[in-house]
Amino acid sequence: MPDLSLLTFLAIALATLGACAAAVTRRNIIHSALLLVAGWAGIAACYLWAGAEFVAFAQILVYVGAVSMVVLFAVLLTRLGPGDTAPAPGAFRRAAAALLAGGACLGALAGAILTSPLGLPAAAARAPAATGAAAAADAAAAAAGAPAAVAAAAEPAIRVREIGLALMEPAGAAALLVTGVLLTVALIGAIVIASNDRRGADNSGEEAAS
Amino acid sequence: MMNLFENTGTLHLALLFSSALFCLGLVAALARSNTILVLLGVELMLNAANINFIVFARHSAAVTAGGGAMTGVLFALFSIAVAAAEAAVGLALIIALHRHRRGIRLQDANELKG
Repeated sequence: MPDLSLLTFLAIALATLGACAAAVTRRNIIHSALLLVAGWAGIAACYLWAGAEFVAFAQILVYVGAVSMVVLFAVLLTRLGPGDTAPAPGAFRRAAAALLAGGACLGALAGAILTSPLGLPAAAARAPAATGAAAAADAAAAAAGAPAAVAAAAEPAIRVREIGLALMEPAGAAALLVTGVLLTVALIGAIVIASNDRRGADNSGEEAAS
Repeated sequence: MMNLFENTGTLHLALLFSSALFCLGLVAALARSNTILVLLGVELMLNAANINFIVFARHSAAVTAGGGAMTGVLFALFSIAVAAAEAAVGLALIIALHRHRRGIRLQDANELKG
């Protein structure tokens, strides 16, 4: 009998894949963007299933909250007439080639995954993992370790405190600072690129006219 | 076939899930001519890589009793930050492209093409 954790994961995976596949095939770009937001929420649910709560909430904040808003604003700002959704001349051939490439990539990846003995250490270490998690967990996790919730108690939950301590180590702090600088530079660059540069717009207009 | 499924754990299933998401993103990036959808396909591929980080962190925590789980989580967090920066810059480029060319079809943006 399959356990509840596996069924939960299968449901999350099927919902996410369905939303993303529908997003890829929809012709209306607003529908595509909203379905992709649903797919990102499903990926966050997958992180929650895997016991990485902090990453799941970061995913929800960054993707479902921020990136989706940026994408929707970009869609609205670049909206064209009703002929916008008409298929391009070579669209069918390109879609067929893309499906072929994606299918070949999926076949290669699935073959490599299914023939590799990745699952054996996990299956062998399932019992030690339960004891280790119970030893490392605090009183709340130990209280949750009732016989009905063995699978939940075996989840190695990574606590936010540990993440913060790891980020305050020298290597983690350096990576954090570099990421902060990268985000600042990227967002200022995005403003510069997207800002309405009057002189540059005039020049480009003259070039297009000449 | 029975032997194939006998050692198929949740790690295999999660890796297959992320592979399928990656290939969906690849198909979106290759097939669509709308630049926003191409960018969203790239984002989907990045998310599939993040799922691999998290799933391997969970697996390594299960094997080594919480020893190597932190690395995968930190990598996923930094990857999300970099992906957010990439999305902002990409959408700014799309807006600049729309301002210059009056359209966001990828085939029209061929000025730098050799």
